[in-house]
Amino acid sequence: MAERTRTIAVVTAGLSQPSSTRMLADRLAQATSARLAEKGIPTEVKIFELRDVALDVMNNMLTGFPSPKLDAVIEAVTGADGLIAVTPIFTTSASGLFKSFFDVIDNRSLTDMPTVIAATAGTARHSLALDYAIRPMFTYLHAVVATTAVFAAAEDWGSGADTVKTLPDRIDRAAGELAALIAASDRSDSVRDPFTIDASFSPTGGFQPSI
Amino acid sequence: MQFGIFSVGDLTTDPTTGRTPTEQERIKAILTIAQKVEEVGLDVFATGEHHNPPFVPSSPTTMLGYIAAKTERIVLSTATTLITTSDPVKIAEDFAMLQHIADGRVDLTLGRGNTGPVYPWFGQDIRQGIPLALENYALLRRLWTEEFVDWEGQFRTPLQGFQSTPRPLDGVAPFVWHGSIRTPEIAEQAAFYGDGFFANHIFWPASHTAKMVGFYRQRFEHYGHGTAEQAIVGLGGQVFMRKNSQDAVREFRPYFDNAPVYGHGPSLEEFTSQTPLTVGSPQEVIDRTLGFRDYVGDYQRQLFLMDHAGLPLKTVLEQLDLLGEEVVPVLRREFAKNRPATVPDAPTHASLVAAAAAAAAAPDGAPVASPIAVS
Repeated sequence: MAERTRTIAVVTAGLSQPSSTRMLADRLAQATSARLAEKGIPTEVKIFELRDVALDVMNNMLTGFPSPKLDAVIEAVTGADGLIAVTPIFTTSASGLFKSFFDVIDNRSLTDMPTVIAATAGTARHSLALDYAIRPMFTYLHAVVATTAVFAAAEDWGSGADTVKTLPDRIDRAAGELAALIAASDRSDSVRDPFTIDASFSPTGGFQPSI
Repeated sequence: MQFGIFSVGDLTTDPTTGRTPTEQERIKAILTIAQKVEEVGLDVFATGEHHNPPFVPSSPTTMLGYIAAKTERIVLSTATTLITTSDPVKIAEDFAMLQHIADGRVDLTLGRGNTGPVYPWFGQDIRQGIPLALENYALLRRLWTEEFVDWEGQFRTPLQGFQSTPRPLDGVAPFVWHGSIRTPEIAEQAAFYGDGFFANHIFWPASHTAKMVGFYRQRFEHYGHGTAEQAIVGLGGQVFMRKNSQDAVREFRPYFDNAPVYGHGPSLEEFTSQTPLTVGSPQEVIDRTLGFRDYVGDYQRQLFLMDHAGLPLKTVLEQLDLLGEEVVPVLRREFAKNRPATVPDAPTHASLVAAAAAAAAAPDGAPVASPIAVS
């Protein structure tokens, strides 16, 4: 039987054009698709630049509901089979836009999502932000975060900050982990409509009303 | 179909003058607005309940009791009564008392409230919001329908042989709506009991309201209270009108831009396109409001938010004149068209008393005219 096409959502919070954050996101997406193709699994990659919905994200914070444009992005991201989330490191953490996007989505909507986290920054001194700030956020959201997080400092795009485990090596490793998680996951078949109710729900709070 | 207004009761600086009314000015303004609702021929006035500034209505039945004495016709209601943090015993007593004072012109809309600290201030935990709403309402119903209540639940101190006083007027509890912005459990609760479901509507896109109301209707039928089209639906709405559309936009924009709820966020135009807010001529309000039926079906109650964001009393009264003179008469006429005879009106005290009498007279197991009355 032919394998079902898996969708990979890529969320990138880079701000400039062109953006190294977007470049890293593209590399991870290509590598993950390639790994899944090796397993005979076709993929569809959907890339979302948060800059395109930046005002919508902030409006959602203020009004409590997403605009149709943002709603479409949220639906696509939370309904995917896998997530590649990439942010620049600003002031020791994920960019505010990146954090805000994940703040406005339903906190149950990434449960069990196979995820790779990645970040860019000027120097490698910020690399731990991935593990002390960004990984805990996805853990809170109950995403399944691949062990390898990919950090690219400016110099990684040249000769490399690390000549032993180069950026392409790290991307490939993370892509392999994500591909395995996606291949094993049936998550997108069981995406939960936030407007549905648990089967065990009792509208009386468990009481037998004496009508 | 019933038309009216619901007031949040915010005490907000008028952004065009910088003036903030005193608490008493604001409270008296709300009372004046409620009387105007009757004067211009609308049907319902509903007040919010809040326990934190900048909101003034912490004691809704005190206000509604005064309005009851000053009016003869309108239904006095709430939007919403906090079923989570208020003691259901006190709700049962307050609203039964109000029924007697107002000769039955009373119903209420239950809600959970959305201000985190209110829960601990009243000894509760916001994470238990839904269980509180379910358990407290289960008790509230029993206090109204049973003379003596023995009760033990998770949240409230137990009751043994407790009788709430006064008893509901004519032995019939006030009709209850369950209000929600986006929580399907509350729509399920309303459907389970055959109560009304009031969709806030104004803070979310119409597509969500349509989903919630559709869900409630389906579950109402599932629980055997009637067909889906017979479920009792109320909607919020939000309008600002002037004869000329451009004047309405120009005048309302500073209030919108600085409003406590959505101010400093999306533009007036964005918010108008994404929610039911309508700023324009009376005809535009008529057209937009008639469109609500397209996605929720024939419904029973339409309440508008008009009194908020620092709008001066004079302006609000002018809005009510426009609503009463130019908008609602057309809405009544148009909503009545093609409305199936099987779609009920919103229950009133008189209809509930009649239905209870019919149910009492019917032999056991015989179907009764209104599914609402027996629940």
